[in-house]
Amino acid sequence: MTQKKKYLPGIAFLLPSFLGVFIFVLLPFADVVRRSFLTAVDESWVGFKNYITVFNNAAFKLAAGNTVRFVAICLPLLIFISLLIAYLLYKKIKNTQFFKTAFLLPMAIPTASVVLLWKVLFNSKGLLNAVLNSFNIETVDWMNSKYAFWVLIVVYIWKNLGYTIVLWLAGLSSISEDIYEAARVDGAGEWKMFWRITLPSLMPVLYTITVLSFLNSFKVFREAYLVAGDYPHDSMYLLQHIFNNWFRDLAVDKMAAGAVVVAVVILVLILMLQKAWDKED
Amino acid sequence: MGRKLTYIFLFLLALLVCYPFVFILTGSFMSGAEAKAYLLPMITGGDGYVNWRLIPMMPTLKHYVELLLDSPEFFSMFWNSFKIVGCILAGQLLAGVPAAWALAKLKLPFKKLIFMIYIILMMMPFQVTMLSNYLVLDQLKLLDTHAAIILPAVFSTFPVFIMHRFFVSVPDGIIEAAKIDGAGDIMTFLYVGVPLGSSGIISAVILSFLEYWNLIEQPLAFLKTKSLWPLSLYLSNISIERSGFAFTASVIAFIPALLVFLSGQDYLEKGIVASALKG
Repeated sequence: MTQKKKYLPGIAFLLPSFLGVFIFVLLPFADVVRRSFLTAVDESWVGFKNYITVFNNAAFKLAAGNTVRFVAICLPLLIFISLLIAYLLYKKIKNTQFFKTAFLLPMAIPTASVVLLWKVLFNSKGLLNAVLNSFNIETVDWMNSKYAFWVLIVVYIWKNLGYTIVLWLAGLSSISEDIYEAARVDGAGEWKMFWRITLPSLMPVLYTITVLSFLNSFKVFREAYLVAGDYPHDSMYLLQHIFNNWFRDLAVDKMAAGAVVVAVVILVLILMLQKAWDKED
Repeated sequence: MGRKLTYIFLFLLALLVCYPFVFILTGSFMSGAEAKAYLLPMITGGDGYVNWRLIPMMPTLKHYVELLLDSPEFFSMFWNSFKIVGCILAGQLLAGVPAAWALAKLKLPFKKLIFMIYIILMMMPFQVTMLSNYLVLDQLKLLDTHAAIILPAVFSTFPVFIMHRFFVSVPDGIIEAAKIDGAGDIMTFLYVGVPLGSSGIISAVILSFLEYWNLIEQPLAFLKTKSLWPLSLYLSNISIERSGFAFTASVIAFIPALLVFLSGQDYLEKGIVASALKG
């Protein structure tokens, strides 16, 4: 009884939220797992057949490959560029507020508000090609060629740069000036101090940045969808597109199996990162 | 690199990053005819390329007037957005603040496991929960209503996670002192926890506002009736031929987000940083 009483306030405070999470997420997701083993039509048991269908689906393979490639390229690129800018801001600029505001601004602009610009910029008759043409460089149909993928990378970095810079800056300012001072006395150059002191101290921030940037990388679908619609060029056909298209066709069996696969992959990634994170202690 | 050179480099980069904003803003003051003339190669697919002026030849407020006085459908979308975001934020506060407090400061069975579940759910992209959302909304007969967007978002675990970070840093001594003075759990939460964690709550609200003002995936999936759409989805449906109007609508859709961003930038940064600290 006393044991129960001890927990009572905590449970009462948590309950509304947990109940909501349970009803809107956990319970229906359990249903999705169940459905991933059933047919869509008469809900009879088919074992792993849906999973096999999904893995053999050409569109799924294309989308999964593109998504992996997208994450593998945009994450390191974003992390490197933002670290470079944050480091320059931290070392060379006294008042960083103006720059923080400027780099964070894209985060506030609703995707739909800038779609018009992306369309005008990357159209085959668009602004970017107008510039290229004026320099006599061969123009490219950006959204209907393999470059569409890279357009998406640029848009992603534009949107997430500020967020990541703020994180790096927080990490940088938590490094004590004394350590640098001591290293300087020992005759360490700036480059050496960056490698030996700055980078190792930033490792915990790196984990968070990786996780959050990964999470945000899925939101690039907004831009992709609003600029190029349901069926964009093959190079930028992502998992988000295929889920959207399955949803429209109400392909419940494929969606269920696909959702479980993606959830498991993300779960494994989170646990791996968590482990690496714990090791840092 | 010298200090001056670095400054110039970063300044040019910042300008480049802000260019989209300037582009839309200038477009919104351009007459429809002027914008159309610049964008003609894109609309007709004819010869030549699009060009653009950063200062309109003949600046005009015509589209603002048209939009504000003569576009009832724009207003109803604007209202939809406000209603959806307002309800989501209110719900997130009602359910999320006490939950974050419980996870940070109260005794709970399986606390670690529950918190881990919250973190994992926060990481799942919409595509993973899309079907499960659909199934439960269908069961509750909520599809094609605003509740279909609002309810799942209310129970998003991200704000709980952010607020938890701030509540953890409330010193236990103050809570003990309040208890000794005879404050119950609710009083301690309301008069100690909420005020001391207020910057966390504001951070979570700002991050949520920017996220939900920008909703695309959920209304696209769960709202069939176009008159229920939020502004974010409606905007993208204005065709390029009406570019003058589209620019102005884009700017007006951006204004609430810009105000929230500018007035809350400190909290926004705090919230971003809080997500990086180890708990």
